[in-house]
Amino acid sequence: MKKLRNMNPAVRTNFLTYAAVLLAFAILQPMSMAGKLSPTLQGQLVPVCAYVVMALSLNLTVGVLGELSLGHAGFMSVGAFSGAVAASALQNAIPSAWLRLTVAMLIGALFAGMVGTLISVPVLRLNGDYLAIVTLAFGQIIKSIVENLYVGVDGKGLHMSFLQPTVKLGEGGRMILNGPMGIPNISKISTFLAGFVLIMVTLAVIFNLVNSRSGRAIMALRDNRIAAESVGINVTKYKMMAFVISAALAGAAGALFALGQNTIVASKFDFNTSILILVYVVLGGQGKMWGSILAASFLTILPETAMMRDLRDYRMLAYAIVLILVMLATNSPVLKNFFGKLLRGKDEAKKGGVK
Amino acid sequence: MKKRIFALTMAAVMTVGLLSGCGGGATETKAPSPEGNGAAAIKIGGVGPLTGGAAIYGNAAARGAEIAKDEINAANPDGLQIELRYEDDAHDAEKSVNAYNTLKGWGMQVFLGSVTSTPGVATSVEANNDHVFYLTPSASSTDVLGGVANPLTGTVDIQRKDNVFQMCFVDPNQGSASAQYITDQNLGSKIAVIYKNDDVYSTGVYNSFDAKAKELGLNVVSVTTFTEDTKTDFSVQLSDAKNAGADLVFLPMYYDAAALIFTQANAMGYAPKWFGIDGMDGILGVEGFDTSLAEGVMLLTPFNADAEDEATKNFVKTYQDKYSEVPNQFAADAYDCVYAIYEALNKAGITADMSAGDICDKLMSEFTSMTFNGLTGEGMTWDDTGAVTKSPKGMVIQNGAYVGMD
Repeated sequence: MKKLRNMNPAVRTNFLTYAAVLLAFAILQPMSMAGKLSPTLQGQLVPVCAYVVMALSLNLTVGVLGELSLGHAGFMSVGAFSGAVAASALQNAIPSAWLRLTVAMLIGALFAGMVGTLISVPVLRLNGDYLAIVTLAFGQIIKSIVENLYVGVDGKGLHMSFLQPTVKLGEGGRMILNGPMGIPNISKISTFLAGFVLIMVTLAVIFNLVNSRSGRAIMALRDNRIAAESVGINVTKYKMMAFVISAALAGAAGALFALGQNTIVASKFDFNTSILILVYVVLGGQGKMWGSILAASFLTILPETAMMRDLRDYRMLAYAIVLILVMLATNSPVLKNFFGKLLRGKDEAKKGGVK
Repeated sequence: MKKRIFALTMAAVMTVGLLSGCGGGATETKAPSPEGNGAAAIKIGGVGPLTGGAAIYGNAAARGAEIAKDEINAANPDGLQIELRYEDDAHDAEKSVNAYNTLKGWGMQVFLGSVTSTPGVATSVEANNDHVFYLTPSASSTDVLGGVANPLTGTVDIQRKDNVFQMCFVDPNQGSASAQYITDQNLGSKIAVIYKNDDVYSTGVYNSFDAKAKELGLNVVSVTTFTEDTKTDFSVQLSDAKNAGADLVFLPMYYDAAALIFTQANAMGYAPKWFGIDGMDGILGVEGFDTSLAEGVMLLTPFNADAEDEATKNFVKTYQDKYSEVPNQFAADAYDCVYAIYEALNKAGITADMSAGDICDKLMSEFTSMTFNGLTGEGMTWDDTGAVTKSPKGMVIQNGAYVGMD
């Protein structure tokens, strides 16, 4: 315990974050295996993991890089559809569900990263709030593209058509993605264990990035772009680095999410979903990774709890009020002081870093 | 500082007040515990969009089912009682599975399925895995049932989920029936279609209409689409249809969008014949809609709130008394679902203490052999595909009311 106290505050927080996630997994996984969890919670394990990774990756853009992104669900969508199409197409080639899920997540991350690179090249050269507006538009564009995309697979490989379902498939061919109807028959291969591993990988990527030379450059850009530029930091390069990593992680989360659902449609990943994830980040605290994990799990599980379900028509109203209360409470100086006293010594956590 | 504490306290007090206020309402909606004779209640659950953009459909279905439950419980005080619970999915596949799991935790024995199609695809897989009997009032996509070949490839992408049945027409039947009807009655020489391409229902109907229209040689001159985000302005689609000289416009969509189309077509002085499907039912009840604009609109629908038969009249009256609005076909379909399930439960001699799996086996064999008379059709039957066989009624709107056409 003493050793923990004397640690560098940033390292200590990182360590505690890993430990908390591990602990949560160590408690939930045996319960899940033994069937002790309620059916609702059991069904939410994978989506919660996906939303946690989404919140963490957005926190990299919003909290660490300091740019507002309103189209994060777009990256999730790219990852979800590319990952699910890949998993479906590789059904026979890779019989092992584990391997298929890993490949699907990697493909999801790759595609989302590519799309992230593509849009960041022109966008990140701009200053100010333009990024927020363009990412907003980007989310809509992705939705429209996926809604008009038809993908089928036969013996010869993947076939695509755009706007009209004119895919010509050979013997034994089948449609995977049906435009606006999405993918109706996903075989669920995502597991809670996979979700846990993805969260740990995401944390490792983000913590290592933030504590590296590049990470310090990214945070310098956030704190004062002009000063950072004047000491020779390449603005576009470091902004892009954070943005693309964030997009790729969101893509992996999208693949995890999609492969834990029976069906996905493009309209699922709309503006509302982007805002929802932004809410997780803001509520948990910008730059605070443990906050994002907590907020994402809490806010995903909350509306589905038996207590909230019993409120019937007033469920979403109560949800909104809880949200406001949490916002007020976390910003109240009284409560801040109270928690500060509880965790004395911790409140000196260095400013500006990942807290 | 003091202000902040005050604000926090006030917010807390208000929440507590709100929650306790709701508490009373929540218990009220629960089914009355069965009394006398020791007859326990069988738990029937349903999932639908009770909030959000599609809430009108979910609420209609939940209300229709609620009325059926009340009637059945009142009429059979000594028989099998029903407990009904509807959960909200906000028309989202992910949330519908959460809602389904909530019902599972509640101890649901028979599932009324999802009200809308996309969530229906998700919940039907879950119910199939758990072997819980599934009868949806209105999720009309063939993907819900499974076992139907994709029209593009001719292969079956989704295996038949053997415990899933539908009370509504399956989408392709509506599309091909509409094309057939238009041809048979010689309703139009140049046909335009406007459909919603991000909607499973609308797209499903269009695809089958398109296939049948090609087969019958219908002259389709204009096909335009819209999405959830663009369903407020139809000037482009209507101009396209007008410029192509279409004299009949086929509208496979729900009535909310259709109401706007009629208003905007009227504003631009375009007056073709309009042809709709069952989603058009309810257009006369749209608030602020000038019903004279819907004059002459033709639609195929299984339910007509103005029908003269005793059952429909009673249902419409009860619904109006309770919710002060005219029921649409969603309400009627859900009402029929509860009655059909109840009839099958009694025929199969099912008691409330049976497990969901046992009930499912019995209901499956019962449903494929029984004939059911309800509000939405006489002599309905189901086969192994899960689709219902009943004939759509051709209706035309005359003087602000639906009138059957021959």
